[in-house]
Amino acid sequence: MRDKFSPMRPIKSAQLKQTRFPRVAIALRLAGFLLLLPGHLLSAQNVPIVSGAVGFFDSKNTGINFFQPVFAPVVVAPLGKHFLAESRFDLRGFYARKNGNSGPYQGTYIGSTQYLQLDYFATDKLTITGGRFLTPFGTYNERLTAIWIPKLQDGPLIFPIGTRTTGSSNGAMVRGALIAKPSFHLNYIGYFSASSDAAQFQAGRAAGYRFDAYFPNKRVEVGTSYGRFLQGTHNNSSGAHFWWLPYRFPLEVRSEYAHGAHAQGYWIESTYRLSQWRGPDSLFGRLEPVFRMQQTFRNSPGPGDGLPAADTKQADFGLDYHLPHEVRLNTSYSRKLSAAGNGNIWDISLTYRFLFPMWRGHQ
Amino acid sequence: MKNVRSCSKYAVLPLAIFLLGSLLAWAQAATSGQSAGQTPSTKQAKTAATNPGERVFQANCGRCHNPPEQISPRITGTVLRHMRERALLSPQDERDLLKFLAP
Repeated sequence: MRDKFSPMRPIKSAQLKQTRFPRVAIALRLAGFLLLLPGHLLSAQNVPIVSGAVGFFDSKNTGINFFQPVFAPVVVAPLGKHFLAESRFDLRGFYARKNGNSGPYQGTYIGSTQYLQLDYFATDKLTITGGRFLTPFGTYNERLTAIWIPKLQDGPLIFPIGTRTTGSSNGAMVRGALIAKPSFHLNYIGYFSASSDAAQFQAGRAAGYRFDAYFPNKRVEVGTSYGRFLQGTHNNSSGAHFWWLPYRFPLEVRSEYAHGAHAQGYWIESTYRLSQWRGPDSLFGRLEPVFRMQQTFRNSPGPGDGLPAADTKQADFGLDYHLPHEVRLNTSYSRKLSAAGNGNIWDISLTYRFLFPMWRGHQ
Repeated sequence: MKNVRSCSKYAVLPLAIFLLGSLLAWAQAATSGQSAGQTPSTKQAKTAATNPGERVFQANCGRCHNPPEQISPRITGTVLRHMRERALLSPQDERDLLKFLAP
């Protein structure tokens, strides 16, 4: 039994020719084909899921206003006992005034395939991934870029370090746990990415790894990342992260440091949901103040590396409100101080997260 | 040397804010525990201590995102596999989590 959301209807050739992004259409067709696998491969609990979020982002950055409607669907489908196919796309419009802060609004459409990967669970401690995946440098890119997750709308300033060129890699990745005890995990990830200029699958040639030590009883994690960019001028990126999310109270502390070829920087973010006042579903319990401090230091000119051209420090103050039914309102104010110019950034966004089975499946 | 000095100077601010935030959070947790007895959060924490599956959820999935309001039993296996890959769950964690999501 399939419901109306099933993407299993075949895409006609004419539609493929008409679309502006044929590779997305091909990817969707491939995903549809995979989902047409015999039903007996899927047990009652393994029905493919459609998840993701829709959102509306508005931002005013040093006087220039722009807004973005976003649709970010995720499709996850188990294939047999050892495989998992998963993908995430980001489809967004970008609307800004023609002359910066005057003139009519005009927009462009931006579509990207953030990941389209096949995971093979080889052993309990080894998973092999092939395809397009999120570059596992640091923590932000892999864990916090889904639009329904981050507590602040804008990513950290050091995000481009280690994630060039697009935050995604095309190639292979191995990951797993070297040690997995109840009180201690030692996890590893290693990857290689090939260079690609294809419109929906841009990636840089790179290789790298990440190790992290995690203490589940304390919810404390420390880790280190390394990446080597292997095209053009080769260079290294390295980083470290520290997370602490105590069980006793709803405080979350996340931080990262990264060092690139021409710049370095850090961010530290703390959030505290007011759920201890009358519970997480109360009027005040749905509020979540957020604070992030971040800095970048420019060591040498690095045109095109995506980081601020001059030393920058920025304080972000956010206030999120968790509405019922997976709707969240994020607001924030940021003050940026830089030799290249100071500025204010105001953000407001509304996101709705969804998660449902692709079809009814067996009961 | 100048860069090093400026780094250390600026590093003091977030550290101080972090420590202040931690102190306030700790103080609030202590006072709410005294005045209101068991709040839902503390109840959940105690439940988590006795329910391995919920503990696994909080320790792994809950590190990055809030739990969804509901998960259909038909997709628990799929969600588990996704989390196995993302959060590097151990087989024991996976079993505990499955019991929690689809008891």
